[in-house]
Amino acid sequence: MTEVNLHKLTKKYGRKEALSQLEIQLPKAGITGIIGPNGSGKSTLLKLICGLIRPSSGSVELNGEQAGRKSGAVAAYLSEEDSLYDYMTIKGTVSFAAGVYPDFDQELAMTLLKEMKLHESEKVKELSRGNKARLKLAVTMARKTPVLCLDEPLSGMDPLVREDILRLIVTHLDVDRQLCLITSHEVKELEPFLDHVLIVHEGRVVVDRNVEDLKEENRKSLIDVLREVTV
Amino acid sequence: MAMEFNDYQPIYQQLMDHISQRICRGDLTPGEKLPSVRLLAAEAGVNPNTVSRTYMELERENIVESKRGQGTFVTTEQPVIEELRRSQAAVQADRFKYSMEQLGIDKDTAIGLLQHAWDEKGGSS
Repeated sequence: MTEVNLHKLTKKYGRKEALSQLEIQLPKAGITGIIGPNGSGKSTLLKLICGLIRPSSGSVELNGEQAGRKSGAVAAYLSEEDSLYDYMTIKGTVSFAAGVYPDFDQELAMTLLKEMKLHESEKVKELSRGNKARLKLAVTMARKTPVLCLDEPLSGMDPLVREDILRLIVTHLDVDRQLCLITSHEVKELEPFLDHVLIVHEGRVVVDRNVEDLKEENRKSLIDVLREVTV
Repeated sequence: MAMEFNDYQPIYQQLMDHISQRICRGDLTPGEKLPSVRLLAAEAGVNPNTVSRTYMELERENIVESKRGQGTFVTTEQPVIEELRRSQAAVQADRFKYSMEQLGIDKDTAIGLLQHAWDEKGGSS
């Protein structure tokens, strides 16, 4: 389990503040959704947690250590962008990942791919968009890092692929030990999978709650809560 | 297949109702093993912690029993299942009464409608 603490965290791009003075202690495990309108700062937050970008001021701590170059061992990052090499086969991608990441579990990767009916001899460049997304997720999840940061894993996918991706996460994530952060616009679909939610709006976290408590209190769907707090 | 959930009830309660109904109907028989937490989470499309909570609450009501290292099982106590069936039916009856009241329909008319529905569509009287 990992303690992720954000302290007075601010990130500016030029003069524009993407995130402003965040003071948050993330849950130690389980699935946390990070939702909010486009441009609200969700992806920036994930990248800061993984140590891929640096805060303008304030800090991100993973188990008491500043997030930075070495955070890769604790936090895996699934990019919204293309992160696969076209010329590789699926098998090649898996062995490449095994070479790059010391914590990579090749056997688990193969199990995940089999569950998603991907064949190891297929070439990345011949895969459909949905299958590329499945492969990316399998490669990320096969590392079993204490923290998983998934940036828009559902975006642009058809309903079947979205269902498949969410199913893969709940089947293989260790919800008692691993923390999975997911950003998404598919709020309605994501809601039943969440333990916790952060709603980001204009660089601030306006809701930081357990999803079940939120529901018991408001008797509303997450999307309605989102609508209310982002007007 | 992912389940559909309403917005006004916590999901664990909706899952509890769903499982209770299946037990009442006999889809899940006394002593039968329930799916593992992960499997049900994947099937229903929910968080595994929600399934754990569902099983825990069902166990508190003695509807299921968890055996260490083996999983969760439907109770073998027939009276518990009978009681569950009665209480589930009572909930549905309340809902029906409420809906009729919302439509401004009185008791006799409502009972008449029920009688009619039963005769019309058939059913295990």
